[in-house]
Amino acid sequence: MATATRTLDRTGGTSAQGLSLALRVIRAGPVLILALLVVILTLASPYFFTGDNLSNVLVQVAPLACLAIGQLFVILVGGIDLSVGSVLALCTVTGALAYGWGDFGGGILTVAVILLTGVAVGALNGIMLVKGRMPHAFIPTLATLNAARGLALLLADGAPMPGMPPIVQTAGAGELGPIPVPVLIVAGFGAAAWIFTTRIQWGRWVYLVGGDKEAARRIGIPVDKVIISVFVISGLSAGLAGLITAGRTDAGYPSAGQLDELAAISAVIIGGASFWGGRGTIGGAIVGVLIFGVISNGLNLLNVSVYLQLIVIGVVVAVAVELDVLRRRLEERFRTIQARDS
Amino acid sequence: MGETVLEVAGLSKQYGATFALRDVSLELREGEILALLGDNGAGKSTLIKILSGVVAHDDGEIRLAGEAVRIESPKHAHALGIETVFQDLALFDNTNAVGNFYAGRERTSPSWLGALGWVDDRAMRRQTDELLERLQVNIPGKDTEIGLMSGGQRQAVACARAIAFGRRIVILDEPTSALGAREAGNVLRLIREAPEHGVSVIVVSHNMEHVMEVADRAVVLRQGRYVGETEPTQENHERLVAMIVGSGEDRRAENGGGPGDEQAAARS
Repeated sequence: MATATRTLDRTGGTSAQGLSLALRVIRAGPVLILALLVVILTLASPYFFTGDNLSNVLVQVAPLACLAIGQLFVILVGGIDLSVGSVLALCTVTGALAYGWGDFGGGILTVAVILLTGVAVGALNGIMLVKGRMPHAFIPTLATLNAARGLALLLADGAPMPGMPPIVQTAGAGELGPIPVPVLIVAGFGAAAWIFTTRIQWGRWVYLVGGDKEAARRIGIPVDKVIISVFVISGLSAGLAGLITAGRTDAGYPSAGQLDELAAISAVIIGGASFWGGRGTIGGAIVGVLIFGVISNGLNLLNVSVYLQLIVIGVVVAVAVELDVLRRRLEERFRTIQARDS
Repeated sequence: MGETVLEVAGLSKQYGATFALRDVSLELREGEILALLGDNGAGKSTLIKILSGVVAHDDGEIRLAGEAVRIESPKHAHALGIETVFQDLALFDNTNAVGNFYAGRERTSPSWLGALGWVDDRAMRRQTDELLERLQVNIPGKDTEIGLMSGGQRQAVACARAIAFGRRIVILDEPTSALGAREAGNVLRLIREAPEHGVSVIVVSHNMEHVMEVADRAVVLRQGRYVGETEPTQENHERLVAMIVGSGEDRRAENGGGPGDEQAAARS
């Protein structure tokens, strides 16, 4: 690609067109990668492209999809939320504890406690970052990554706490007609997040804060509140992932979700979001999650070692970030050409 | 020239022991383009920061249309009808012209939802198109991200935004300093036509040619003080330069006091 743009560079107009085409290809990258994976795996394994297996993939990635949607918001403002895996576990445990107090409201209390636990830790992350003037989101969420895990293990006495109300079980393992309920939860959450990021003013502000914090502040956007809000959304996403996990395992599970935060971050980056902030879409994050799910499902079907799967995912993450870097460089060149031609 | 829009009287700002601005008075009339000239450290930046609500002044008074105000914050300045384009432009690279025009003040409905309201992209786009056409700003495709535009296009978008949203005063900090000749020309035309859109302009610039091209009047600051003002014409060029660099004062000191800048300039 580098040589292609270099040759194009010699002729003004064509060059701008060439660059804009290259940029478009990079932006469509995640979808192309997913399509390519699906084609390859369909050819490699007769079982891959069957309704059962694809439905299985969707159910498997549902908690990760929730986490990735939440993580996208944080990454959009140039942050990172390392705590979500631990928060997921803490949510399942507080849910189990709430269920232990009694089955109020047909399990609604349990659901509420699970989700609110996530929201509370998310708010704590955001407030520590903004009001505590911490240098980077890495720090407060690293703190809660440890603290939430410790609290979950402490509250659960280090062991799973079996028993969840039927409504939670349905959320994790039920089906509505042919469609698994966790998939519906992801679809609902994803749709709400999509509307929020594309149609709602606050969602626009998330992008502007990620684009340029100083400019956003100067223009009168409540930057601190926007930042806290994205961590609350990320916490809520951990709550939803916890709800699905608790339902699927029918237990409060203090060791659940380990390293899920890294999987979620990887999925968001693979889905084309920029780690610099200000760029990324819900659709992209979902595609990133599907790439993740399809790789591990496909390699399982092909009996490829789990160890190798980790390597493949590592490579995909590195490639995705490199594409983002390449995008920035191409944009830079595009700008130069614009100045010359205008 | 119309009535006085802005009046600054005896404005001072101190940073520790040093005066960034000392007893500066000036006025801006309706529909006027006023250039603010001065060397580095003359106090131009401090003055425009005060007027745009970024820093607070210590002493003196600011009157907008005859009414004394204290500009508390950038937001307050916006509310008072003052828009400032600083050198960093405050543009968002990750969105297009429409997104930048309405950044932070997106049109939404219903109003009771506040910032959770629905964004009306169609109305914003239509009005941006109209505005860009009215201001004759040429930028590449309406969906092109600002990050992909050249310096001149970015400057034009930032200036157009200020002219469109500024109800009274638009302050431009070195609007042409980073631009090539043709791009600067476009921005200068935009500035020259700004009064037709109902705003008065304060422009800070080092470039005397550009000042002479657009400004009705030039005020010179030196070391935080008001030195003088004149019409920026070719004939007054050297006189302005003398005021900026302070050679007049130096000569006056050598001659044992006496005539001021006027005569110093006349001699040169």
